[in-house]
Amino acid sequence: MEFFNPNSKVDFMGARKWTATLSILIFIASISALAVNGLKWGLDFTGGTQIEVSYPQAADLPAIRDSLYKVGFKEAQVVSYGTSKDVLISIAPHADVDQTLLVERVMKELPGAVKQRVDFVGPQVGKELATKGALAIIVSLLATMIYIAMRFEYRLGFSSAVALIHDPILILGVFALFGIEFDLKALAGLLAVIGYSLNDTIVVFDRVRENFIKIRRSSPVEIMNTSINQTLSRTIMTSVLTLFVVVALFVYGGETIRGFSLALIIGIVVGTYSSIYVAGALAVVMGLDRKDFMPTARKEIDERP
Amino acid sequence: MQNKYPLWKNLLLIVITIVGLIYAIPNLYSEDPVVQVSSPTPIDPQTLEKEVQGLLATAKLQYQAITPTDDGLVVRFKSTDTQLLAQDVIKNGLDKQYTVALNLASSTPAWLLAIHAEPMKQGLDLRGGVHFLLEVDIESVVNRRYEGLMKSIGQDLRESSIRYTGIRYVLDKGIDIRFPSAHALDDAIADLKQKLPGLTFAKSKVTTDLTVSLSDAELNTIRQNTIEQTMGILRNRVNELGVGEAVVQQQGATRVAVDLPGIQDATRAKQILGGTATLEFHLVDQDNDAQIAKQTGAVPVNSKLYMMDGHPILLKRQVVLSGDSITSAVSSFDQQTATPAVQIQLGGGGESFFTKVTRDNIGKRMAIVFVENKTAIQTVDNVEKRVSHREERVISAPVIQNALGNNFQITGLTDSKEASNLSLLLRAGALPAAIYTVEERTVGPTLGKENIRRGIISLEVGMGLILVLMILYYHFFGIVANIALVLNLIILGALLSIIGATLTLPGIAGIVLTVGMAVDANVLIYERIREELRNGLSPQAAIYAGYDRAFATILDANVTSLIVGIVLFSIGTGPVRGFAITLSLGLLTSMLTGVTFTRAIVNWFYGGRNVKKLSIGI
Repeated sequence: MEFFNPNSKVDFMGARKWTATLSILIFIASISALAVNGLKWGLDFTGGTQIEVSYPQAADLPAIRDSLYKVGFKEAQVVSYGTSKDVLISIAPHADVDQTLLVERVMKELPGAVKQRVDFVGPQVGKELATKGALAIIVSLLATMIYIAMRFEYRLGFSSAVALIHDPILILGVFALFGIEFDLKALAGLLAVIGYSLNDTIVVFDRVRENFIKIRRSSPVEIMNTSINQTLSRTIMTSVLTLFVVVALFVYGGETIRGFSLALIIGIVVGTYSSIYVAGALAVVMGLDRKDFMPTARKEIDERP
Repeated sequence: MQNKYPLWKNLLLIVITIVGLIYAIPNLYSEDPVVQVSSPTPIDPQTLEKEVQGLLATAKLQYQAITPTDDGLVVRFKSTDTQLLAQDVIKNGLDKQYTVALNLASSTPAWLLAIHAEPMKQGLDLRGGVHFLLEVDIESVVNRRYEGLMKSIGQDLRESSIRYTGIRYVLDKGIDIRFPSAHALDDAIADLKQKLPGLTFAKSKVTTDLTVSLSDAELNTIRQNTIEQTMGILRNRVNELGVGEAVVQQQGATRVAVDLPGIQDATRAKQILGGTATLEFHLVDQDNDAQIAKQTGAVPVNSKLYMMDGHPILLKRQVVLSGDSITSAVSSFDQQTATPAVQIQLGGGGESFFTKVTRDNIGKRMAIVFVENKTAIQTVDNVEKRVSHREERVISAPVIQNALGNNFQITGLTDSKEASNLSLLLRAGALPAAIYTVEERTVGPTLGKENIRRGIISLEVGMGLILVLMILYYHFFGIVANIALVLNLIILGALLSIIGATLTLPGIAGIVLTVGMAVDANVLIYERIREELRNGLSPQAAIYAGYDRAFATILDANVTSLIVGIVLFSIGTGPVRGFAITLSLGLLTSMLTGVTFTRAIVNWFYGGRNVKKLSIGI
């Protein structure tokens, strides 16, 4: 079975002005969504208490909110969690009340509910985690950029880094736009996307390097086009296969890892696009040329086992 | 170009497969809820077994099996409900010396356990339980050290007749001493340097002040010792709580993480873990009138005023006996009054002084003071501050009837719960510093089971779809890739079991994601083989070129994912680490299975013969 024409000659680079505009627009939209809506930080980062309870029948959310409001939990957020029977209650950090007492007081107001899970994170821990998370993203980006610059060429390193920044910002934009909670697991998903998206970019770049050496009489744009076309079936096959498992995680994995799987779904779709248009096109625009590959590339080939 | 692997390579792959299978197998066996009974002293296993059997029969509780262990026995049950009931029955029925703990035991056969093939541990989100992250108030220990140091400096200077005009402790700085002259200051430095080594001395540039502080190395030692002592005490307490497989480990410079699988009652766990309750024994000051002291406020220097049952009582400041000297404490009921009591046994040095004091003071009264350090959070000028205060309560002040030896009983406690908590804390030892919870996570057992189910379904569905599409798309080569994919799961499972990793829901997610990413290696290779075939290469040459050329790409692509995995591991905690470990290991194993294993199968099938056409879907 073949889904793709093996001799496809889609002019990917021809559309690069359009896609560049599109990318910039989406990027701006993401930043605006982040600026306007802000990211809905999860408990891991803000600190506070979350209680997951389940009822034998569908839960009456307004009634729960009411009874919690009456006993003083004015800022408590009550949402259904996965099914109508499961409820998630989030309470901002209370400095003056002991954690255990707080949970007892909440549970007293919820007759018939069974406590499934209680998470308490101190505000200090949350702040530290947010700093660490930001650090992780920066370190990952830098480390992978250096690796690509070393293995390939600095322009490819730079353009792949731009593609990599592009992906997480877009994911964060979607989280901000739809008000989806961004917790520690979503951050893990985001970082996994950085790794995954880079896979795609590397496969394309690898072919670009090979073709620059092999095909003599072609412009950089043509070589980029050929390389993308040659790797197209692989790119789409792998994306589809990985999407299978990530969608399975999203559908069946439950509420706790939904943020994680959503970040991955968006990341895989966007990552496929960005490795072609952002990374590839940018490298060409930056003036990637055959002579950039000749000496180092020879060495690489000799080193192969 | 024969496409043949040498024999040793094939043999090595077969060995890896077999070892992987053996070490992955234990994960297929289910885990039974068990109750562990152990005794610190040697016991007769048969008597104990009969006793436990009797208790369970009276309570009409069904059990699976009773197996003896080195220091007691293990009773297996079908469900956690029965297990919990049985724990109460056995605990109440048996002698107090036994520790009765809940645990999970794998039903893995003995021959596998003998070669250390054990299943992966399940994380709290899969098993249910409580996780605490506790902050240790280390600075209070440093402060106490400085206060002690201040006393001894003052004493040393007086002994050496060096005059000073003032001494005080400045927080985060050190001890500030003021001298009347520069001469006295220099004398003091020479004197103190000799008597108290390991301190840093800093002269003030303007005044005749001297700042004495602990060196950084010394401060670090104090900090590390405090953390280690705290962890030791916490381990004792966790054992007293009766939790098998609890994890107590340092996290960062000042924090300790405690995982208590299977525990549902977070409240009691926290009371026990963070409890600072201890006892102090003081003689009652009967030379002065407590009533007058209370009215006038004039308390004698060597005494302290307390309240007992609404009446004032004066106690001498000297501590006759403290909780440190107590080696064993068992809660019970007083035979005569039927009130809660604690049976105390002394040891470790304090008891001889205690016996001497009680012998010398027969007929006088001695008070037992219940001491608890409590921390409260107060907001001062919008800044949260932890204020610890010492709560002291005289629980009784009986008349000393005769010289007290190593064993005696105390009464006067509020209820039997306080008695049992106090006895537990006395047994486990006192914490060197106050601790408070900065993170707490509780997962119910049903949610844990649900999480396992979700993880497995995701894996089955995701992997099922991949397997089908691979066969449809790549035919024979698809089957080869599928075999490699299953092998990758087995080897990854074995590796995780061998390194003793804890499996969490994000960890399962990492495995699921690995499956998707592992198949990429095969897609890369197969697409390359197809391309080479289209370019007119012979089947054998195409296989060779496909594997050869795709390998560099696969390596580069995986290295970047590994970099991210390592970053995640180094910054993440708990669940995120689980994800990072499974993802990184999965990528490593997929390089082996996706490239080397598939090549071995392809070589075995096609290699060394004349092939007209490859079954690769074109």
